[in-house]
Amino acid sequence: MPDQFLFATEVFINGLMSGVLYALVALGFVLIYKASGIFNYAQGVMALFAAMTLVGIMDGQVPFSHIINSVFGTNVHHFGWHVPAMLAILLTAGVMVLFAWLVQRLVMRHLVGQEPIILFMATIGLAYFLEGVSDLMWGSEIKKLDIGLPQGGSFWIEDMTAGLGSDNFYGFFIDNLDMVATVVAALLVTGLVLFSQYTKQGRAMRAVADDHQAALSVGISLNFIWVLVWSVAGFVALVAGIMWGTKSGVQFSLSLIALKALPVLMLGGFTSIPGAIVGGLIIGVGEKMFEFAIGPLVGGATENWFAYVLALLFLVFRPQGLFGEKIIERV
Amino acid sequence: MFYREAGDFKTSYEQDNQTFPIKFDRYRYYVVLAIAFLVVPFVINDYWANAILLPFLIYAIASIGLNILVGYAGQVSLGTGGFMAVGAYACYKLMTAMPEVSMFIHVLIAGGITAGVCVIFGLPSLRIKGFYLAVATLAAQFFLVWLFNRVPWFYNYSASGQISAPERDVFGILITGPNAPAWATYMFSLIFLTFCALVARNLTRGTIGRSWMAIRDMDIAAEIIGVNPLKAKLTAFAVSGFFIGISGALFFSVYLGAVEVGEAFGISKSFLVLFMVIIGGLGSIFGSFAGAAFLVLLPVVLKVVGVDVLGWPTDIVAHFQLVIVGALIIVFLIMEPHGLAQLWRVAKEKLRLWPFPH
Amino acid sequence: MQDGYTTADGRKIGGVVMEMKNITLRFGGVVAIENISFDIREGEIRAIIGPNGAGKSSMLNVISGFYIPSEGEVWYRGEKRPQMRPYKVAQQGIARTFQNIALFEGMSVLDNVMTGRLGHMKSGLFAQALWKGKAEAEEVVNREVAEKVIDFLEIQHIRKTPVGRLPYGLKKRVELARALAAEPKLLLLDEPMAGMNVEEKEDMSRFILDVNDEFGTTITLIEHDMGVVMDLSDRVVVMDYGKKIGDGTPDEVRNNQQVIDAYLGVSND
Repeated sequence: MPDQFLFATEVFINGLMSGVLYALVALGFVLIYKASGIFNYAQGVMALFAAMTLVGIMDGQVPFSHIINSVFGTNVHHFGWHVPAMLAILLTAGVMVLFAWLVQRLVMRHLVGQEPIILFMATIGLAYFLEGVSDLMWGSEIKKLDIGLPQGGSFWIEDMTAGLGSDNFYGFFIDNLDMVATVVAALLVTGLVLFSQYTKQGRAMRAVADDHQAALSVGISLNFIWVLVWSVAGFVALVAGIMWGTKSGVQFSLSLIALKALPVLMLGGFTSIPGAIVGGLIIGVGEKMFEFAIGPLVGGATENWFAYVLALLFLVFRPQGLFGEKIIERV
Repeated sequence: MFYREAGDFKTSYEQDNQTFPIKFDRYRYYVVLAIAFLVVPFVINDYWANAILLPFLIYAIASIGLNILVGYAGQVSLGTGGFMAVGAYACYKLMTAMPEVSMFIHVLIAGGITAGVCVIFGLPSLRIKGFYLAVATLAAQFFLVWLFNRVPWFYNYSASGQISAPERDVFGILITGPNAPAWATYMFSLIFLTFCALVARNLTRGTIGRSWMAIRDMDIAAEIIGVNPLKAKLTAFAVSGFFIGISGALFFSVYLGAVEVGEAFGISKSFLVLFMVIIGGLGSIFGSFAGAAFLVLLPVVLKVVGVDVLGWPTDIVAHFQLVIVGALIIVFLIMEPHGLAQLWRVAKEKLRLWPFPH
Repeated sequence: MQDGYTTADGRKIGGVVMEMKNITLRFGGVVAIENISFDIREGEIRAIIGPNGAGKSSMLNVISGFYIPSEGEVWYRGEKRPQMRPYKVAQQGIARTFQNIALFEGMSVLDNVMTGRLGHMKSGLFAQALWKGKAEAEEVVNREVAEKVIDFLEIQHIRKTPVGRLPYGLKKRVELARALAAEPKLLLLDEPMAGMNVEEKEDMSRFILDVNDEFGTTITLIEHDMGVVMDLSDRVVVMDYGKKIGDGTPDEVRNNQQVIDAYLGVSND
């Protein structure tokens, strides 16, 4: 096989893998949008916050230590213990539930019935707020997150495929972490589908997504469902935060990576879980292939904008997204 | 007592259409103008110009521009940073290509070029709405920043990849470069702000303003009663782009002097200007001033209180700023979607009835 | 073919202004309007009636250009109308009101009425940016027209009130004012009296008759209140399930067996 084709295949597979990670973030958006019509811009910062909290708990960091030290002149930083990864994940999930409850209680409850664009802008405010809080709580320096996931290229795959091309081809380089992420994402989606199909809360969630009024009238508590949905979205953010954080360190740019979930949703539609996954894969593969083929000609780093421009062009020709139905306007 | 509209009769539609129909408002406006043009230039110093006045004037222009798009025409844009960058780079190219032409012309042309770019990225608004459009404008933001970063022609092949403003003068007075006096840069920006505010006011009180607002309030009905949506939306993008381009040109040439595009015109700039518009008041020109003033002053005040008085490290104060701005956005959206401008209006209503509120 | 006729109360009705020829409108598989033809003559008050879901509003949407008919032709003032955007239709002199009020809630009553004048205001972007001169003069001229309509509909006192704060009945009136401000050749009213009490209905009927009388405006309206329709209109089209089942003067329609069946139901024995 010609090397060029093999390189392209490698890029393609890596694109699929990073697409999975985009899809993971996009999933959180879809959950909240379906249940409450809110386009939650803060999803990315939630992933950052979750990852920072996880690192903080594992290292036994004292929350808000910077402020405490500045105000009282003390010098506390760590409790001096280390929390095992699994326990820390559980604790962080608890923090995300608390956060969901606070958001519902303090923000979203007061904005019921507002126009979608106002809600969107409110979540931008929420994103800033949360970013500030997580920096104050845990400090803004870049942190390493290691909960024992395998990392680095898979030698097994590299050895297996090395013989396919000429001597210049060393075999496919595929990150173990990406493979783990793919498995985790698959599990997560399966879990969510099972949850929403076969549990009472899941059914209530779907009912709310379908029609708020009707759901209210059969005795479903909207408040509870919304807290639930934000919690689930918080949990998805935690998973996404762990994956991204392990890959490239826990830092502010994590919330920008989450911005990429927006074009993913443009392609896949805001209400469809399969749409989020397909959209994520298209964006992931698309931007890697574009950078591989066209990037060197125009100065590189096209990944910064490719997803957005693709979504933009796509929307102009098909405003309802890949899976949406044609919109009939009425007066 | 003195703030009254009773007895202030209008005898023609011209009088009824004026910017400040109430006498007291009109006089106060003249006083503010007089202070801004005749007093401030004589007392200004470098600290005041660079820390407060210049950013205020320049951001006010940008938020008037964005307010036209978001507040009047209802098209949410997250591409402000990218469009400001267009203004800045256009201005830089013009300044270096034609050193003998007046800076006034350069800044105006930079605004015009930005208007054109803004219209191109506004084309999708004919098909898509709401936050779909908001995300589509992110494409403009990221693409433009990438473009100015990667194509060396835009920064004249400078080794650092930055652009820096050469010294240019207007009528023999330096406007750009490190040696420009504070009062001159201030006056130069002030003239542009006054011009932009007047144009914005004129456009929003007439036919075009009404067709923008009609599209904002109910786009389908607007088209059926005779608003051309193509024209209304694209003029909004063009006018908005013109103002944002001017502010970007000033931000680079007069205020910063040297610019690295990702740092000065990144996505956070887009949000900053959007926040000014929300906090100041959607659909209000006065609100654009108020929002710009508020968000320019906030970090200064926080720095004075946090760092100088309380002695906290700067990074903590910066984080606090994020928390406060985020919280303020939420509070304003919940309590007062029309922002500071509405608070001001309510205060005036009260004043009009004072001291007999019933 | 177009000589017109004289109504019972002695008004002269002119030639055909608008003619719908074999209009069919489909949404996917649903047929909203099936092969309907009728005409509207100059100066008359033409009503479209029918039970819920008969396709009346869809018909009005076809006339105002919002829906493009799947089949059939629309003839306006002796010419076949090509496919055009709704705002162009409005600029040809067709104004309308909506079933669910479609006012611009963020604007004052005056500004809403002034939007009706958009088609008459031609000054360009630069003239408006300058304001003094052409734009201001034009604003004043059109303001006078708008004020006349405001006087006519007796809404002077709420001129500067934001529309969002008005009660339902007044909103309906403001909407009519906006349509009238355009000085339309043909005025389309979609259930102008829906949700009103008797007194408000009387006011609205009076306004409709006055408009027709004073400005000679041709009016096409949809209405549910039979008494009102029969009193106001010169000729009536009756629709049921997307088909036309009757067309003629109120008396003719009243005695049409198909119409009676549609409204009262057919006995099955």
